[in-house]
Amino acid sequence: MITQLANLGARSIFFIEEVGRVAYFGGQILVAAAKRPIRARRFVDEVFRLGVLSLIIICVCGLAVGAVLGLQGYNTLERFGATDSLGTVVGLSLIRELGPVLTALLTTGRAGSATTAEIGTMAATEQLDGLRMMSINPIHYVVMPKAFAMVFVMPLLSALFIVCGIAGGYLVGVFWGIDPGSYMTGLESAVTFQDDILGSFLKSLIFGILVGLISTYRGYSSEPTSAGVSAATTTTVVEASVVILIFDYFITALWGV
Amino acid sequence: MRNNTGRDIAVGLFVIASLAAIAYLALQLGGLSFGGEETMRIYANFDEIGGLKPRAPVVVAGVRVGQVDSIGLAEDYRARVAFDVESRLELPVDSSASIVTSGVLGDRYISLQLGGDDLILADGDDIEFVESAVVLERLIGQLIHNTNIDSSKE
Repeated sequence: MITQLANLGARSIFFIEEVGRVAYFGGQILVAAAKRPIRARRFVDEVFRLGVLSLIIICVCGLAVGAVLGLQGYNTLERFGATDSLGTVVGLSLIRELGPVLTALLTTGRAGSATTAEIGTMAATEQLDGLRMMSINPIHYVVMPKAFAMVFVMPLLSALFIVCGIAGGYLVGVFWGIDPGSYMTGLESAVTFQDDILGSFLKSLIFGILVGLISTYRGYSSEPTSAGVSAATTTTVVEASVVILIFDYFITALWGV
Repeated sequence: MRNNTGRDIAVGLFVIASLAAIAYLALQLGGLSFGGEETMRIYANFDEIGGLKPRAPVVVAGVRVGQVDSIGLAEDYRARVAFDVESRLELPVDSSASIVTSGVLGDRYISLQLGGDDLILADGDDIEFVESAVVLERLIGQLIHNTNIDSSKE
């Protein structure tokens, strides 16, 4: 009984320490970002790898999710004879919820895991130590461009996801015989810039920060063994997914997005 | 420096496509306008607004000319609705505002019927002639009530 209690206490302390370490790591990234050189070339390379190479998965998934929403929405709305609201249903659920969240989850799996694995392997093969020997701060050279690229691409990918989703819902809706005009009109009249678009943007920005921070931290602090790197990659995907969904609830509750 | 122009072009295209998506969402769907039409604020007090909500459209002859900004309770416990319409409209002061419904269960919106006065409504003015929303349940209730009275007379 006492040992279990001690166990719980130790776990709690470890959790709080871990949160502190992640926050400290984030602070280090910010401090590094203030220093020259700004590593623009590294940043663009990372935007290519995290953003451009995620385009296909984002667009395909966006289309598929939009099409499913269109189908489900159509079947449900048909019972109430309100199929003209399909545009509103698809658009609002994509913009407010599914766009940012699914993009963040997909990016975690596609790019976050790769980031962790890459940094972890660099640590395991002593490349980070090599950089330190050349008096290059690895946080400045390796971590910072990756973290910032993640924050940068997340809202962009989310916007593309939403547009693809709206197109997917449109295709299905029109196929089932909804008037294309009423789909778009419902969409335009229901969506507002202040509440929906800005809120969606805010969400994906916060998710970008979370995924960028977690994936780089896990890679940087991974054990320098192959098992350690693989464990760190798993942890990134699990932690980031859970944190995204939890934060999603609180952002929605606090800002009413 | 490594030669990766192709990659840079891809990144550039990605950013432009994404910004286009954001612009589409913000401008087309979000209805964000920079400066745009100048609007004037008009007020009207209604006995009953039914399900009128902020951002509901304001129309003249079915053409959208503005939207509801806010709805509050006036001192005399009537609903005070503030709405914005395009400033270029010259609405006579004896114009009337009515809350109507699109479809049977559809959204409520404000329809303006123009009057014949020479004086024009300006920013911050009140519309005096109003027609409240029709609450379907009340209407049905009245109908049933009247039918009962009629049948009891016979």
